[in-house]
Amino acid sequence: MTETVPSLIPKSEPIDYSSTNNESQPLLTIRDLRVHFYTLRGTVYALEGVNLDVQKEETMGIVGETGCGKSITARAVLRLIDPPGKIVSGTVEFDGQELLNLHPKEMRRIRGKRISMIMQEPRMSLNPVIRVGNQVAETLLIHESDLSPSAARKKAEEMLQSVGIPDAGKMSKRYPHELSGGMAQRVMIAMMLVTRPKLLIADEPTSALDVTIQAQIIDLMNDLVHELQSSVMMISHDLGVVAETCDRVAVMYAGSVVEQGRVEDVLHNPRHPYTKGLLRTLPDNASENEDLYSIKGNVPSLFMPQQQCRFAPRCEFSQERCFQEIPGSYQVGNNHSAACFLHENGI
Amino acid sequence: MTAQNLTTVEVRMLRAESRKRALQDSWTLWKRNPVTIAGTLIILSLILIAMVAPWLATHDPFDQILADRLFPPSLDYWFGTDNLGRDIYSRVIHGSRLTLMIAFVVALISGPIGLVVGVLSGYLGGMVDEVLMRLSDIFLAFPKLILAIAFAAALEPGLTNAIIAISIANWPSYARLVRAETLAVRNSDYIDAVRILGAGHLRIMIYHLTPMCLSTLIVRVSLDMGTIILIAAGLGFLGLGAQPPAPEWGLMVSDGRNYLVDQWWVSTIPGIAILVVVLGFNLVGDGLRDILDPHQRQS
Repeated sequence: MTETVPSLIPKSEPIDYSSTNNESQPLLTIRDLRVHFYTLRGTVYALEGVNLDVQKEETMGIVGETGCGKSITARAVLRLIDPPGKIVSGTVEFDGQELLNLHPKEMRRIRGKRISMIMQEPRMSLNPVIRVGNQVAETLLIHESDLSPSAARKKAEEMLQSVGIPDAGKMSKRYPHELSGGMAQRVMIAMMLVTRPKLLIADEPTSALDVTIQAQIIDLMNDLVHELQSSVMMISHDLGVVAETCDRVAVMYAGSVVEQGRVEDVLHNPRHPYTKGLLRTLPDNASENEDLYSIKGNVPSLFMPQQQCRFAPRCEFSQERCFQEIPGSYQVGNNHSAACFLHENGI
Repeated sequence: MTAQNLTTVEVRMLRAESRKRALQDSWTLWKRNPVTIAGTLIILSLILIAMVAPWLATHDPFDQILADRLFPPSLDYWFGTDNLGRDIYSRVIHGSRLTLMIAFVVALISGPIGLVVGVLSGYLGGMVDEVLMRLSDIFLAFPKLILAIAFAAALEPGLTNAIIAISIANWPSYARLVRAETLAVRNSDYIDAVRILGAGHLRIMIYHLTPMCLSTLIVRVSLDMGTIILIAAGLGFLGLGAQPPAPEWGLMVSDGRNYLVDQWWVSTIPGIAILVVVLGFNLVGDGLRDILDPHQRQS
């Protein structure tokens, strides 16, 4: 008989997300969000219990590799998961309001008015046959029924001016194909912020842009968001952008958040093995003669429901237990958590 | 970025220049093909004739001079007279108005119906799509002429009902076309963007999908004009379309068929009118396809 030696260090319980913390109420609270896609080839368990908070006036970064569920999380917040996808369970609370059981009509009033989203490909996201001024005005017309079209156009022009489009009066009469990518993204930002939303989701807003324009767009977005006192959910796979703009960051891997905390903590003191690996892959961190580091193995198939730590097969530290249980999220520091059994003891 | 430094006047001039070039390209392609030129001329003269018909006609198209029955073409009666002594030339000239009117009204009815059905079907998908498309399949299973005859016969024979019948037979192919176009546009990023903005289904369909389908539909409808005219003439010939004494070409062909052996002109002249006009529309259709084809444009 083996006797379990009582550990001297008290075991920390996994964070119980169901209890409401008494701190200031976050603007957006995502709890145990599950999104599955019922395709002909089988069910894709795309999101398997995402827990995420976005505080008021905070920029929250979401990083992770392609296909880890960043964009799906964003779309789920707006309830724009199209069939065959479905939000299976979870709660999304925005400003004290549960979004997932709102009537579709009420949900439409939230989209664009209180939560907006900037998309990756600015030029593809503007209707090619509508003048850009009218497209910005359309946002206003959708949400403010008593606004006259001419008043909306006037407001749209002002908005275009404030996103740094020179000569907004003339530019608002242009068609999207006459704009450069950077200009188009400015129009897109104007379109999404003209209603002064409380939460802006930015889905890789700069990845389709020139490096020289990227910084401008990011700066512009930050300025506007501060002015409007909105929060931002910044989806990116560019850790540089995240480090520069975000207050906190969540790292996602294969459909769940593996680590979450303040940007300094997560990037300088990563606790989850995946985050550690991710940071090691950055070319800046490699010495000159060394080959670039890559995490061994492949992203797991999402055709199976999560029954274990999805990173375990690629993890250097995996134990038997990692293949049998799903790790909870453990507090590893002030406002810093990691979903890994290594930190069960709160180290 | 350079565009910002240009003044509006300069931009306008540059734009006018590119528009001019596009027009020049079309002009060259049009000129290159004598058949298209012929077709265009036929249609233009048809429209012109219809506009000034009362001045071109030498007689009243309804005036029956029974003493002058079945006169062969002469200086007095250019195309001869029919069995009731009416001047065939004047009737053919006046018939052009009817023909054009039928073609345009049918286009104006069946085009929008096809547009609405196609956009609804393509955008909403699912059950709506299934029902609407199976319905259009039923229509498409029959030749247009047969279907139009059936509807015209079921309704009371007459010009209005003939137009309705042709429209009913005509919309499904437009619905198909618009649906295909809608499907191509529906999943684009900019439709997604307006959904994110909180736009409802109705707004997306009216402001974002319909304009996208319009250009294709207009081209298709104008290509179909020849067929519409042919069907209208067919209904007239069978007595299901325009009723006597209307100077409708199909009806006139039918009037003369008893005299075909000895007084050939009574049927043949309006028949030639139908032939020429339908040919004109089809030739322009072919030419239009070439002109609008981007592959042709490059050379």
